[in-house]
Amino acid sequence: MSTILEVKDLKKYFKVGAGTLHAVDGVDFAIEEGKTLGVVGESGCGKSTLGRVILHLLDNTGGRILYKGEDITNVDRKKLSALRKEMQMVFQDPFSSLNPRMTVYQTIAEPMQIAGGYSKAEIEKRVGEMMDTVGLAERFVNSYPHELDGGRRQRIGIARALVLNPKFVVCDEPVSALDVSIQAQVLNLMLDIQEQMGLTYIFITHDLSVVKYISNDILVMYLGQMVEKAPSEELFKNRLHPYTKALISAVPVPDIDHKRDRIRLKGELTSPIDPKPGCRFAARCMYAKPECFARDPEIREVLPGHFVRCHFVDEINGL
Amino acid sequence: MKQKNNSIKRRSMWGEVAIRFMRKPSAVIGLAIIVIVVLACLLAPVIAPYGYDEQDVMRKFTEPCREFLFGTDNLGRDIFSRLLYGGRISLMVGFVSASVAAVFGVILGAIAAFYGKRTDNIIMRILDVFMALPQTLLAIVISAMIGTGIKGAIIAVTVATIPRYAQAVRAPILAIRNQEFVEAAFAIDAKDSRIILKHILPNVLSPIIVQVTMGVGNAITMAASLSFLGLGVQPPFPEWGAMLSAARMYILQHGYMVTFPGLCIALVVLSLNLMGDGLRDALDPRWKD
Repeated sequence: MSTILEVKDLKKYFKVGAGTLHAVDGVDFAIEEGKTLGVVGESGCGKSTLGRVILHLLDNTGGRILYKGEDITNVDRKKLSALRKEMQMVFQDPFSSLNPRMTVYQTIAEPMQIAGGYSKAEIEKRVGEMMDTVGLAERFVNSYPHELDGGRRQRIGIARALVLNPKFVVCDEPVSALDVSIQAQVLNLMLDIQEQMGLTYIFITHDLSVVKYISNDILVMYLGQMVEKAPSEELFKNRLHPYTKALISAVPVPDIDHKRDRIRLKGELTSPIDPKPGCRFAARCMYAKPECFARDPEIREVLPGHFVRCHFVDEINGL
Repeated sequence: MKQKNNSIKRRSMWGEVAIRFMRKPSAVIGLAIIVIVVLACLLAPVIAPYGYDEQDVMRKFTEPCREFLFGTDNLGRDIFSRLLYGGRISLMVGFVSASVAAVFGVILGAIAAFYGKRTDNIIMRILDVFMALPQTLLAIVISAMIGTGIKGAIIAVTVATIPRYAQAVRAPILAIRNQEFVEAAFAIDAKDSRIILKHILPNVLSPIIVQVTMGVGNAITMAASLSFLGLGVQPPFPEWGAMLSAARMYILQHGYMVTFPGLCIALVVLSLNLMGDGLRDALDPRWKD
C-alpha cells in the first residue's frame, strides 16, 4: 500500500477583527491508498477547515501537502484543475450544498461538462451508472433537490463527487444532517463504494460512533491542533490524551447495565484568536500543571503508531 | 438499451417554464396585452387612420367619436393615431433602456458581490455617486450632455437606472455567495464565470425580474419627463409621455386628452408587472400551483 496523501504541519490562519484566528495550527498525517482517516473534534476545532485547505478551497498559511509524493501546497490553476478531478468533497448539508435550480441530472453531469472531453451520450450513460451506484432510482433524473428527502439529496452529492472517478474524497460530516435511520444507509453506501472504487477517505465528523465504524485511523483535533492520532481500535482501547479520554467517555453506549463514568469537561473552548503559548487544552484539563500553561507540547509517538500532544502523557497513563 | 436512453432524457428547462407560465391566468393576460400593444404599434402605418402629424385645425379638441376614436388634440391631430406611432418610441425607449441597464447593472452587481472586498468597494462607491443624484436629474444631465433625440433619451435613462439594478442583485448574491453549493461548484473546478452565470444568477432571478418589469414603466415615464423638458424626443414626434405633458394644459376642459396616453402607460406597466410576476414564479422550480 502506498501513501496517497501526506500533510505536514499544516496551518491555516484567518485574519479577523480581533486578531489572527488559528483555525488549523499544526496537523500532520499520512493516509494510505484505500484507507479512511477519521477526523474528530468538537464544533469550531478546525476540522472542516482542514478538509477545505487540503482541497485548496481555502489557501493554506503554512505547512505542506503532498499528493502521491508530489508537493501540491501551492499549485497553479492548471495543475489544480487536474487535481480536482482526483480529489473531491462530499458536503455536510445536503440541503444547501445542491443548487436548487438544477435537476439531479444537471447536478451530477456538471463535473463531466466542466472537465470536458465527454460526448453527450457518454455523460448520459455515466450519470445513469452513478445514479445506479448510489441507489437513486432513474425516475429522479429530472427531479429538483427540493423534491427529494435528505438521504436522497446526499446520494446526489455523493454521485456528483464520484462521477469523475476520483481517488481521494474528503467527506465533511456527510451524515450529520440526516436522520439516524438514513445515516446508516448512507454510511454503508459510502463503505461499499469505497471498496468498489478503491477510494481513500478523509472522514470529518463529530460523531464518535460513526468514526469508529468507518475509519482505519483516527485523528483527534482540539482548537486547530492535532492532539492524538492512532489506529481506530487502538484509540478506542487505549486513549492517552486527556481530551480524547473525555471525548470517548461521552459516547453513549446502548446498554442498560453499562455504568457510565463520564469525564465532564468544565469551561468553554479557549479562544482560537491569537492563542497564548502553552497547551491549548490546559485550561480544561484535569491533569494540568503549571508547565502546561507555559510551554507548547510537541506531538510525540508515544506507542508505535500512536501520536499524542501532551507533556505528561506518560505520567497520566502510567507508561 | 434504447428504452433506457429515452427515460433518462432531460426535460427541457424552457419547455417547463412555459408550461408553468401558461398555468397562471394573470400572467397570460399580461403577456397577451403586451403582445397586442406591441403589434398594434408596429403596425401603426396600417392601423392608424391618420398620420401622426396630420393636422386638421378646424376640428381641434374633438371629443372621442367614431371618426376620431380617442378624439383630437389642440392642433386637430388624431390622438389614436398618435398613440400608435408614439407607442413605438415609448416602448422602444422603455424596453431597450430597461434591458440594457439591467444587463450592465446585473453584471456590475454580480461582480461586486462575487469578488467582494476591494472590487465590491470600488464598484459600489462609484455607483453610490450616481445614486446620490435623483434619477431624473441625472438623466437630464446626461441627456443635456449627449444631445436630444431618441438615442439620447435611451442612453440617459439607461445610465441613470444602472445603479438600481446593481443594488437589487448585490444583496441577494451576497447571501447566496456563502451557501455550500457555491463552494461545491468551486470543488468541481467550475470557473468563476460559470459559477456566477449557472449557480448564482439563476437563484437571484426573482429580484432581477421584478426590477426589470418595474423598470420598463419607470423608463417610459422618465423618457416622458425628458421630452417634457425638451431634452428627449422632439416634437412633432409623438411619445406617450410627451403627449401627456402637452395635454396637461387642457386637462380641465378636455380631460380625454390626458386620459388616453395615461391609460396606455398604465396598461403597459400593469401588464408587464403581471407578466413579470408569472415569469418569476415560472422560473422557480420550487413553485407549486
